[in-house]
Amino acid sequence: MIETIFAITAVITLICALITVSSHNVVHALLFMVIMMLAIALIFFLLGAPFAAALQIIVYAGAIMVLFIFVTMMLHQGERSIEGEKTLFTLSGALLPVLLALTLFVEVLVLLNTGDGSNLNQVVALANRDTTKEIGLLLFGPYHQLVALAALMLLSALIGAIHIAIPANSKTEGQP
Amino acid sequence: MIIPLGWLVSFSLALFAIGVFGVVARRNLIFIMISIEIMLNAVALLFVAGSTLHPGSDGQIIYLLILAMAAAEVAIGLALVITMFRRWQSLDVDLLSKMRG
Repeated sequence: MIETIFAITAVITLICALITVSSHNVVHALLFMVIMMLAIALIFFLLGAPFAAALQIIVYAGAIMVLFIFVTMMLHQGERSIEGEKTLFTLSGALLPVLLALTLFVEVLVLLNTGDGSNLNQVVALANRDTTKEIGLLLFGPYHQLVALAALMLLSALIGAIHIAIPANSKTEGQP
Repeated sequence: MIIPLGWLVSFSLALFAIGVFGVVARRNLIFIMISIEIMLNAVALLFVAGSTLHPGSDGQIIYLLILAMAAAEVAIGLALVITMFRRWQSLDVDLLSKMRG
C-alpha cells in the first residue's frame, strides 16, 4: 500500500520536474515546482521524517518559491504582462496542475482513511522515535558549531545579496 | 523502512538527472536556478532516506543545512538575476560570453 503511494508520488514529482524544466513560462514552471515540493514533502512523510516534511513545505514551497515568484513578477514589464494575462490563464491549461495536485490530495486522504488507520500507524511507527526531539538534541549538542556556521553563511548571503542588487548609481549617493 | 531503498535511489537519481538537463539545456538564468533547486532536492531526499535507514537523525541535520544553503544560494542568485536584467534587459546567459576581459 505504502509502496503504491510512494510510486504515484514519485511519478508526480518526476512529471512536475520535467514540466518545470521544459516550460516556457517562468510562472507556470514555478507553480509546477510548488507541486513538486509538496510531493517531495509527502515522500519525506512516508519515510518517517515528519519534521523534514514540514520544513520542506514551510521553507521551500513557502519562502524560497515566494522569493522566486517575487523576482519574476518584479522583472515583468507592466503593460505587456497585463495584456498577456488574458492568455496566461485558461481552464484547459490549468487542467494538468489541478489533476496532479488532486492526486496528491487523494493519496493523503486514502492514507488517512483506509481501513482502521493501519496505514497511518505504519507510517507513524516509523517516526515513533520522536525524531523532532532527536534533531533538537543533536543541533544543540554535537552539531552546535554547524548551526553557528549556517548562521554566518546566511548573514554573509544577506550582505552579499544587498550589495549585489543595489543599483550602481545609488551606491555613490548613499555615501556621505 | 517500508519503501525499498533501490526505488528511492533511482528516484533521486532521476530527479538529479532532470536537474542536470535543465542546467545544461536552458539559457534563461531563472530556469538554471530552478534546475539547481531540483538537484538540491534530489540530494536532500537521499539524505532523509539515509537518516531513516540508519539509527539516529544525522541525515535530517544535513537536510537542515542543505535547506539553509539553498536559501542563501537563492538570495545571492536572485540578486545576480536582478543585476543582469538591469544591465542587459534580458536573462539570456549567452550574453554573458560577451563580457570583457
